[in-house]
Amino acid sequence: MHDATDRALIVATQGGLPRVPRPYDDIAGGLGIPAAEVKARLERMLALGVIRRIGAVPNHYALGYTANGMSVWDVDDEHCDALGVEIGKLDFVTHCYRRPRHLPDWPYNLFAMVHGRSREECAAHLETIRTVLGERCRASDVLYSTAILKKTGLRIAE
Amino acid sequence: MVREPAVLDDLDRRIVNALQGGFPLVDEPYREVAESLGISESELLGRLDRLLSARVLTRFGPMFQIERIGGKFVLAAMAVPEADFEKVADIVNALPEVAHNYRREHAFNMWFVLATERPDGIAAAVAAIEAATGLRVYPFPKEREYFVEMKLHA
Repeated sequence: MHDATDRALIVATQGGLPRVPRPYDDIAGGLGIPAAEVKARLERMLALGVIRRIGAVPNHYALGYTANGMSVWDVDDEHCDALGVEIGKLDFVTHCYRRPRHLPDWPYNLFAMVHGRSREECAAHLETIRTVLGERCRASDVLYSTAILKKTGLRIAE
Repeated sequence: MVREPAVLDDLDRRIVNALQGGFPLVDEPYREVAESLGISESELLGRLDRLLSARVLTRFGPMFQIERIGGKFVLAAMAVPEADFEKVADIVNALPEVAHNYRREHAFNMWFVLATERPDGIAAAVAAIEAATGLRVYPFPKEREYFVEMKLHA
């Protein structure tokens, strides 16, 4: 399944792909395997979902998405799965999860990340979510980000 | 890190949109993407370098879902006293297990994601942060994932 070479390939690429004309040759040289094997292993990890996608990770703010809110909702446990699927289909939601409550400090179990070019735009998105949830939602909040403190992604040890 | 909209021209936006997924697994992938955009490979590589150094893009490469091979991602929060915020952020960010970290407007004002190669790495990272900061860490492991799509239209 997942062997030492896959792990070495993760370590070699978790910081990013080389920006040279033949990036897979470059990685292959570092690992001492053929470039065809690098491509085949990446292909396989994509197929298995070990890699979600290969591409660019944007800084939301730089692209103009200056309002980034983690919206959180307290919904009935028995309805959470159906509602989560519905909320996840909204085009302004990038992540949607069920997470544990930490009572009494934290009553919310449904989390949906919303992004907008202003807080007004986000507020309209939140109203859309509120409408979908209806009476099955008891309380909600939105936590806007005010600083990116770190954004490196996964870093497993070499 | 930049928190203002960057000045991007039309080509920058087309590059950001084109590179958010499906990067080709061929010998010369940049050439293939450049051709689809009607530009040269060297122009694409130059622009990509600039977008990365300007932090318009924070990374370019595979996005690993480490949980598929036994790892773990866990969102966690802390309520950090304002006066200590920077000091605590430095302590938290210094851990390689912290993949990202955001300041948010709430009593829970620090929200970070722990990413570890093995599940028991999470408890160890939480314990290390609590010991180093004297603050309680509230873990929010996902119980269900309904939707994840990290692409954003530039």
